[in-house]
Amino acid sequence: MAKTLAQEFSKGLWEELPPFRLVLGLCPTLAVTKSVENGLGMGIATTFVLVCSNLLVSLLRNVIPAKIRIACYIIIIATFVTVVELLMQAYAYPLYLELGIFIPLIVVNCIVLGRAEAFASKNTPVYSVADGLGIGVGFTLSLGALGAVREVLGEGTFYGMQVFGSSFEPFTFMVEAPGAFVCLGLMLCLINLAGNR
Amino acid sequence: MGDIFVLIISCIFINNIVLAQYLGNCPFLGTSKKMETAVGMSMAVIFVLTMAGVITWIVDTYFLVGLGIEFLRTIAFILVIASLVQFVEMFLKKSIPALYAGLGIFLPLITTNCAVMGVCLINVQEEYTFVEALISSIAYAVGFGLALVLFAGLRERINIGRVPKPLQDTSIGLVTAGIISLAFFAFKGMV
Repeated sequence: MAKTLAQEFSKGLWEELPPFRLVLGLCPTLAVTKSVENGLGMGIATTFVLVCSNLLVSLLRNVIPAKIRIACYIIIIATFVTVVELLMQAYAYPLYLELGIFIPLIVVNCIVLGRAEAFASKNTPVYSVADGLGIGVGFTLSLGALGAVREVLGEGTFYGMQVFGSSFEPFTFMVEAPGAFVCLGLMLCLINLAGNR
Repeated sequence: MGDIFVLIISCIFINNIVLAQYLGNCPFLGTSKKMETAVGMSMAVIFVLTMAGVITWIVDTYFLVGLGIEFLRTIAFILVIASLVQFVEMFLKKSIPALYAGLGIFLPLITTNCAVMGVCLINVQEEYTFVEALISSIAYAVGFGLALVLFAGLRERINIGRVPKPLQDTSIGLVTAGIISLAFFAFKGMV
């Protein structure tokens, strides 16, 4: 039972790697990974919400009545999402415009609510923060990786820098919606292949 | 009248909520393994999304903008949707038990369906009028249902076939969704 803090943190990086192992939070995964920058930005915003909401849910876990707990969690999460939204408007406005509607939609990201319900409501604050941080970092890295594949193939760039020579003809397919689905499907296949050894 | 028609076509086909706007993917993959569950989910979404779209539009226009507190939009919308879902559930249980039994477990799941929240936000951001918001909510919901039912049909067929082990289930599902999305992509040339 007694897991160390490091184990709680590292399980989010492989065993429970969010969009691949737990198939949750697919909408932002598909929508914002047109480029590495967007993917990482979205991941960091989600991590912030995840850590803060896990902490608060865990602190309040003995106060919140069981019957209305989901409603309470949603209000806590929505509060932190509003905080992120306002922070991004102030300090990262271009990224805020780029991510658009998907910032307020962190509220309905099943990963955040899932961790609050499955982990933070039963564990102490320190462990909940470690769990939130682990899952958040895993999510950020996954989005970054997916963004990298799509940006390199679809635009021929990596983080805005040219990768191939000027003769490279980008596969525009990869940055459009169909490419997002196919790319995520194939990456999931690779992860399954590596994990089932 | 022409504008309304263009709006309907664009919401159902061109900007299809699942396949072009990337919203509502979790229920799209989660409830599409059987045709019956797909139909149940589609019905529940059409029902709730229409009401949610209208109510959040009213809340936003007369309450949030009126009082100058638009920054509370995220919290206000999720509260409206969560309580609406709860209310609809209680109402159906009491007065239309047959429909309640049909929609059953799909109703509570809708609270965290980002298609519902997404459409409410789109309605407000595009500054639609009341009628446009109503029409777009219905049309987006129908688009969701259409995509879900099409996808469920394909998935039932795929499950019979022999799929390599690492590709099974969600993975092949995503690739299939990509191909359907490619088909819907062709509608982009229409308007």
